[in-house]
Order: sequence, then structure tokens, then C-alpha cells
Amino acid sequence: MTPPHKPRLGVFKFASCDGCQLTLLDCEDELLAVAGAVEIAEFHEATSAGVDGPYDVALVEGSVTTADDARRIREIRAQTRTLVTIGACATAGGIQALRNFADVEEFRRVVYARPEFIQTLGTSTPIRDHVPVDFELRGCPIDKHQLLEVISAFLGRRSPNVPTESVCIECKRRGNVCVLVAHGTPCLGPVTQTGCGAICPAFHRGCYGCFGPQDTPNAASLVGKLEELGMARPAVARVFRTFNALAPPFREAADAAAKEAVAP
Amino acid sequence: MLERSGFPSLLAALRQHGYRVVGPTIRDGAIVYGDIREESDLPIGWTDRQDAGKYRLERRADRALFGYAVGPHSWKKYLFPAHERLWTAVRTDASFAVRPEPVEGPPLAFLGVRACEMAAIDISDRVFGKAGDPAYSAHRRGSLRVAVQCGQAGGTCFCASMGTGPGVRKGFDLALTEILSPGRHYFLVEVGSREGAAVLSGLPLAPASQTDTAAAEAVVARTAASMGRSMDAGGLRDLLVNNPEHPRWEIVARRCLSCTNCTMACPTCFCNTSEEVPDLSGERTERWRRWDSCFNSGFSALHGASVRSSTKSRYRQWLAHKLGTWHDQFGTSGCVGCGRCITWCPVGIDITEEVAALRLPAPPPAEKKP
Repeated sequence: MTPPHKPRLGVFKFASCDGCQLTLLDCEDELLAVAGAVEIAEFHEATSAGVDGPYDVALVEGSVTTADDARRIREIRAQTRTLVTIGACATAGGIQALRNFADVEEFRRVVYARPEFIQTLGTSTPIRDHVPVDFELRGCPIDKHQLLEVISAFLGRRSPNVPTESVCIECKRRGNVCVLVAHGTPCLGPVTQTGCGAICPAFHRGCYGCFGPQDTPNAASLVGKLEELGMARPAVARVFRTFNALAPPFREAADAAAKEAVAP
Repeated sequence: MLERSGFPSLLAALRQHGYRVVGPTIRDGAIVYGDIREESDLPIGWTDRQDAGKYRLERRADRALFGYAVGPHSWKKYLFPAHERLWTAVRTDASFAVRPEPVEGPPLAFLGVRACEMAAIDISDRVFGKAGDPAYSAHRRGSLRVAVQCGQAGGTCFCASMGTGPGVRKGFDLALTEILSPGRHYFLVEVGSREGAAVLSGLPLAPASQTDTAAAEAVVARTAASMGRSMDAGGLRDLLVNNPEHPRWEIVARRCLSCTNCTMACPTCFCNTSEEVPDLSGERTERWRRWDSCFNSGFSALHGASVRSSTKSRYRQWLAHKLGTWHDQFGTSGCVGCGRCITWCPVGIDITEEVAALRLPAPPPAEKKP
């Protein structure tokens, strides 16, 4: 059963806030077990002692927003057996993918004193648009239990148990009272993938969709309900354009609402 | 007969007899089930207003203890918990050892069980009994059902048409009818078992007069006459089984969110999944059971693909099982008419409306090859 060498783990960052990588450090109780089970070869948030590849498992955080990113992810892929993306940026472009709906040239001109120093692409794209990805772990940020499950699954050579069902099922298992039905609070739970533990509804807030779309979302039907609760079309477009704006079901819902909002 | 002032003595007696009392309490804008330590934990003077996809708490004009319909929780959360560890396995030299999960804690006293919920527990007893489920039996064993006759029907209630309520007729240990007449607030107490009778010994009870009994009957009759909804329950099994291609499935699927709320709120939905949760060392693993739903694609996944990939097929599966093949499997309908699936559906899909639509003949197909 004992592998010939400890699996080598690399943690890599692209355009992101580092929150998902920090989830690994946030594992606290389990961190030593992880550190004992793998050789952490590359993890800038934890150590500056980088080790060159190859890597058995790479955890990739962040989206591709520069030409250099696009080159670097190919290099990492070439040196990695199992590539796992972690978080909304890496799996759906992240909040920075809002640039895809705007004029990045204009931002550059208006925001920066020396625009010529800024080298950036016009889009923020998920890792899967650039290289093959073995597993995508959702969330903004990811959930530490799911991260441990993924690491444990790849170490144990089994498939990770990461459900793709709605937030509602976790909300109900927790015994939360539905904020949409009982309070009239807009909530993306019915179309969003579980994984967070239904945190927001437990604190009387609607779901923000941090984990992206569930596997069979019906955004059009939910939009009808949001409008019934008094949400205007531009607001509907905004709730779907957050951390997972590029995920197709959310993107389509936002595009439809935005289009109808400007139509006469 | 128990006067309102004597009600705390009932709670005390339940505790003295070793029960953990669980019942209705207000949390997060709804009447949910939780531990009842004293009578102020009960939703005194509150009621609920329910409609498809909508639930709101409201003040009552009186101080009724049980003046509401049913909320988002059902007793299944105690008998069939949403997450439950079934056993733990530890690696040994050559093999592994399984340690079963002990069920600990005092027996449960369910306070405020409605007629539809009595029926739901009876159904669950058959479902889990048939499966010989040790965890369910352990939670159910020794539990006490203190029923309450419904004093008012909710907007989504339809137990009268399902033949499950609103009156509780059998199976209870104790059954209370809360009677609020001008100047007097009291309970008619019926005894259904030896365990129930044991709890009552020493309580300040008075014999019920014929007037009291008539008043209690009137409470149930009034509730039966004010059902929020109704469902024609005749021939449902054949209707559901014989109409897999009815166009209504397509129509409801356009609204259905496939979010699982109906099945989670349903007091008889029992679908679950088991998963192994190993630790990083691979030396120890736990088997956990959690609520699952036929509305999840993963629920019907067989070696890589989901058998029911469309929302249409999942909704059809749910309804055809609940109202149809449940009869074949367990000898009754799986629906008790509590209305939870209607209230707690975020987009307000109404099971009674869907059944009525399925009863309408399907229009002939637009094109038909000779």
C-alpha cells in the first residue's frame, strides 16, 4: 500500500485573492496530517522553498488574465499528473471576469497613472479554457472539508465525493428555515451548487451563488420568483454576475435579464 | 380534561418519565421542531399563513399553544436524521474491524403530532421496518406520540381528502384537543396507550363532560371544513402509473427547480445516500448516511451516467412513486396531505394542481405517423 515516494503537491496561484490557498492553511487540525501525507513542493503562501516539478497533484488557484498566466499554466500542466483547480476564479473566471463584459482598455486608461505598465488580457478565463483539468473544486472560497476530501481522494486513488446538487438540500438537512419562502428574501440557493454548508441562509441571508451553478439549474424559473419578490431586471443581472459570472447557466440568466432590462 | 393552567404539569410529567420532549417552537420566522424545556418554548399566540411557495408567521388574537398548521420540519428529523454516522471501521493487521454506532439518549416524546404526521410516522414505520433499519428502530423505540387535534387548517393542507386527518383517531399515546371558548382555555386529553396513561397519573385532570367532548369534536369538524386545498385521491395509483407521457410533465418541469425542497420537507420521503468518509491516513473510515433526493442527478447515477437526467423525469419519478407505486411497495399512498411540498417549493408548485392537470385527458399528439 505504501507508495514508493510521498506524493508531491504543488499549490499555484493565478489571478485571485489567495483565499482558496489559505483554506489549506486553515485546515489547522488536519494540516499536519496533510503535510505528513504529501511532500509540499511548491506553496508560496506557506513556504518560499520552491521545488521544481514534476508534481503528483497540483492545486491551481486563480484565473488566467495575462499572456504570462496562459504560458505558465501550460508549463504546470506539463509537469503535473493530476491538476485540480480550486475556487471560483480557477473554475469560472472569478469576480475579475466581470471585465469580460466591459472595456478593459478604458479601465487601464482611467485607473492607472502609467497605463503602459499594465500588461493584461481583455478577459479573465477559467483554467479549463487553457489546459485539461482533472477536477474542479468550486467555491468562493472553497470549503476546507471539500478540499481535504479531494486531497484524500487523490491520495487514496478514488474519486472525490463532492456533490453537485443544490444548496437547498444542505439548507434543509441543516434544519434552516427557507429564507425565500418564509422571509421573501431573494436567494440563489435553488440554482447553486452545495458545498458551503448553506452558511448564508443559516444567517438569514439569501445565497449569493459562490459555488456556481448546481448540475441541473433552472435559472429561468428562479428569475420569475426573484421578480415576483420585487427584484428589477438590472438587479437580477447583477446577482448572477458575481464570482461565477462566466459559468454558462449564470451567464445566460444575467444576459437575458440585462438584455430585457435595456429593451424598450 | 386538563385546564390550560395545568399544562406545565404535563411537560413536567413527560420529563419525569424520562422523555426528551421535542415539539413546536419559533425559530427564524417559522414554527419548527426543537427541544421543549418549558411552556414558553411553545409558539404561544402565534399562527402561520401558508400558500404555494409562501409561509409567514402571524399573531393570533388568542393565546393558543397549538394554533398553527405544520411547519417546515417534520418528525423525520428525529427518527431519520439528516446526517447520521452508521458505523466506523478501523484497519487491523490483516483486515478491518467495524464498530457500530450506539444510539444514546433518552426516549423521545413528540409533542404536538398532527393527524397527517401520525400517518407519516406510520408510513415511515412500514418503510424502515420493511428495510429492517436498525438506526430508525433505535430512534423510534420507546418514543411517545402526544398528538394534537388540528384546530385550524393551513392554506396548503389537504389531509381531509387524503383520509389522514384532521382528526387523530388511533396510534397515539396521548391526544390533546385544545379548546378555546370565551373565558376558558383547556385541553381534552385522550389516552391511547399504557405509556400515555402512565404519564397522566398525578396530573390535575377532571373528567370530561359531554359538552367538552362535543366541543372537541366541533374543533376537528371545523378544521375539516376549512382545508386550504383538496386532492381527488381516487384511482391515483393507476393515473400516475398509466400516464408517463402526459404533456403535463413537460409543463411542470419548466417550473421545477430540481432543488429538492419538496422531498426534504416531505414527512415520508426517505431517500438517502451512504458515503464512506476515510481519514487521510487510510487507517479509519466512517460510514455516514444523509438525506438524498430523487431530484438530484447523482441519485440515479449508475456507472457514470444519470438514469434520470432531465428534471421532467425526476419530477415524474417523485410523483409517480409518492402517489402511485408507493401503493405497490408499501400498501398505502406516500402522501399524507400535509401540504409541505406546496408551501416550501420556492416557485410554489402545487401537488394538488399537478394531479388535477394529470387527470385531464392529454391532447392528441400533433403529428402521428400512420
